[in-house]
Amino acid sequence: MILQHSTTRLAASLVCCALLSACGEQKAATESDPLVTIDPNPFPSAYTAPETVPTLIQNVTVLDGVGGKIESGMVLMQDGKITAIGSDLQAPEGATVIDGQGKWVTPGIIDVHSHLGVYPTPETNSHSDGNEMTNPVTAQVWAEHSIWPQDPGFSRALAGGVTTLQILPGSANLVGGRAVTVKNMPHRTVQEMKYPGAPYGMKMACGENPKRVYGAKGGPGTRMGNVAGYRQSWADAQDYLRKWERYEAEHKAGKNPKPPKRDLKLDTLAGVLKGEILVHMHCYRADDMGTMLDVMDEFDYQITSFHHAVESYKIADLLAEKNICSSMWADWWGFKMEAYDGIKENIPMVHAAGACAIVHSDSDLGIQRLNQEAAKAWADGRRVGLDISQADAWQWLSANPAKALGIFDKTGSLEVGKQADLVLWSQDPFSTYAQAELVYIDGANVYDRNDPDSWPVADFEVGQVGEGDSK
Amino acid sequence: MKNWLTIMTASALSLAVHAKDVAIVGATVHTMGPQGSLENATVVMRDGKILSVGQQAAPAGAEIIDASGKVVTPGLMGAYTSLGLVEVGLSAGTVDATVDATPLTTAGAALDVQYAINPDSSLIAVSRIEGVTSAATGLSRTQQLFNGQGALISLGDDASPVLKPRAFVRLAVDNDGADSNGGSRVALWGLLEQAFAEASDPAVGRLTATSEWHGWTTKADVKVIKQLLNGDIPLLIEAKRAADIRQVLALKARHPGLDITLLEATEGWRVAQALAAADIAVILDPERNLPYAFDQLGATLHNAARLHAAGVDVAIGMNTHNIRLAKQHAGNAVANGLPWEAGLAALTRVPARIYGVDDQLGTLEAGKRADVVIWSGDPLEVTHNAEQVFINGQAMSMESRQTRLRDRYLKLANGAGAATSHYVRP
Repeated sequence: MILQHSTTRLAASLVCCALLSACGEQKAATESDPLVTIDPNPFPSAYTAPETVPTLIQNVTVLDGVGGKIESGMVLMQDGKITAIGSDLQAPEGATVIDGQGKWVTPGIIDVHSHLGVYPTPETNSHSDGNEMTNPVTAQVWAEHSIWPQDPGFSRALAGGVTTLQILPGSANLVGGRAVTVKNMPHRTVQEMKYPGAPYGMKMACGENPKRVYGAKGGPGTRMGNVAGYRQSWADAQDYLRKWERYEAEHKAGKNPKPPKRDLKLDTLAGVLKGEILVHMHCYRADDMGTMLDVMDEFDYQITSFHHAVESYKIADLLAEKNICSSMWADWWGFKMEAYDGIKENIPMVHAAGACAIVHSDSDLGIQRLNQEAAKAWADGRRVGLDISQADAWQWLSANPAKALGIFDKTGSLEVGKQADLVLWSQDPFSTYAQAELVYIDGANVYDRNDPDSWPVADFEVGQVGEGDSK
Repeated sequence: MKNWLTIMTASALSLAVHAKDVAIVGATVHTMGPQGSLENATVVMRDGKILSVGQQAAPAGAEIIDASGKVVTPGLMGAYTSLGLVEVGLSAGTVDATVDATPLTTAGAALDVQYAINPDSSLIAVSRIEGVTSAATGLSRTQQLFNGQGALISLGDDASPVLKPRAFVRLAVDNDGADSNGGSRVALWGLLEQAFAEASDPAVGRLTATSEWHGWTTKADVKVIKQLLNGDIPLLIEAKRAADIRQVLALKARHPGLDITLLEATEGWRVAQALAAADIAVILDPERNLPYAFDQLGATLHNAARLHAAGVDVAIGMNTHNIRLAKQHAGNAVANGLPWEAGLAALTRVPARIYGVDDQLGTLEAGKRADVVIWSGDPLEVTHNAEQVFINGQAMSMESRQTRLRDRYLKLANGAGAATSHYVRP
């Protein structure tokens, strides 16, 4: 459903330093300065997969995350990958065998909407790094430069079965900046968490927040002001792209063109127009989303997912047609006007219309029990005749989020060859009482509920009240 | 199920006309009272009260509701909300749950929410159809020492929702309380003791509307504070770190008349024995397991279970728009060690006791108000739901603005044939 963008496009050539040769000296027509290009990946992932042992989980109910369910199933993980899934597998020599009688295995949960690290706990002003509220368009800022890897929230999310998450800037701005996808493996630096090969996201926001924040600060102060702001940004980005294309064409033609002035804001916006960066747009109301469908067509880009999308149920058919996911809560509503029409059947109604439904958190508490959010939506749908299987509903938690993050070729389902990101649940995870017992990332057991000594502890928690306690 | 609900609605209508007895039969009934849990039991309601609970046959002529395979509990009580005082909190007009500076009060105690409750708020029906039949409702912000006097309200569909006015006063002694009172606990506790000293002055009993008064508190405040000292109004104290909770215990020792319940008590598990000994109950959100500030570093999902194990009464339910999720919160406390019965008690019996209305609410016992819910199964389980809610013996409509919106758009998706969405009647 979501276009996969080739990651090789992100791995383009490095910047050539033009400073030394750009001092206005005249060159012969045949002699060009080196081509100036932009490094698309100046903060590369330094993630290294943990050590693994071959592991066979047997005797479990398996939801493969793409609609399949296996009773008395087995999953084999080797070298970080899922190497077999079925009901009659042999454990290789030396493998760890886990018997999960009565337990369930699912893909690891992927949250497309988190502010862990950028709005960490403790919630001090010193840590409040999620909204660059200095201009309505701040496409030049990158969430990863705000992430504090010592946020205790990461380990809480892990205990809830979250293996991958996208961390976004906040929603104060029309364009908030770049979002980043990370493995839920906090380390010393953010680069060591970054999901290798994941494309960037870009956060945008509809509606009340930008107009509230900028209404008294020079605008936009209305929804129409918001839309003018998006359109001008895209128009500027188109212009910027054309300048670079002209520069590259002239360079190729052997002329010695002057490279356009580098603009970090327009770099990101242009990345969207080139299809390399995925748009994640905070948008509650159906009419706000409807407007954005046309803005998207006008400037020829794709909105990957609307976030919060409280009124997606009103326009689910239009969203299906345009291939746009809706990332939703199960039942949050009413805290502001644009959330007033929230209903509990939003998620199943979007799914039933054939559109892409995602359960997201936007919360350091909600992220700890996204399985329960899906369970509520699933049950609420069934009560109004939207009979969706649990196996299908799990797409809301893993496969669809992976598609929306451009990493479904790597994770998001239990399929042979994919990264072994999975959760062993104590029971049917569509239950309040289910808990993640074992969590695996890249085939390594990174959380074991029954082994307190193994639980992750953030630096912030060391030497404090409750260190190492069951959280 | 749909047929069953239709029958329910029909019986509700006949109930209104004939005031017939209503008997719910066949369910697993969790009375939350001395009778405990009963299989295949009968709950009889008459004139808004519970007539009987037990395994006897329904009285002759009663309207029979077959709830075989279902679960019946007392209606849930929202333990701490601002229901009826807020429709939409942000940028959406008047919010009665927050109060700006007013000459009435310097200490915040004189503010009384009973005049501001709106029973037509959409939040009431949204909460009601999920089994919440009553709630404590109070102010969310005053920027003063006390957060006013809250009320206990019914979530029924009648025009007079207040079951008990002046049901509690709230005080915060955590970081938030300090921030609103001089920016420091040093100022906060000094103010509090001064307020209590003023309320203890014999002159308070003789105050008239125009007599002289030179206290820091206003005349309207000090009368309420005096009632707190006498234990006539329960005092909810929001405290998170263990040190603050110990200060609350010391406060109780200095002023034994105070009827104290703790809010949040994030590190209550560290002081659990002392809280049990002082008979101080706790209202909490068991899911808050992160160190949001330096006064809650010991936050854990196990707080409710540990408090309960020490003998502290735990109530669960701190929310307004989504107080309906209190049952999920309780379920998560159960998943983290709280016994299931205590999880349900946290939504029913315990809050009724905290607010001093346990003679009327919180359990299914003969003579009590007939706030009763029929559930599809375990109410703490996220996949189960309230199928029929009775308040004061009346079967409630199971519709809300949300179900109406849902039905409108389900109809539209199924080809309603209407010209535009505005013409689709849900």
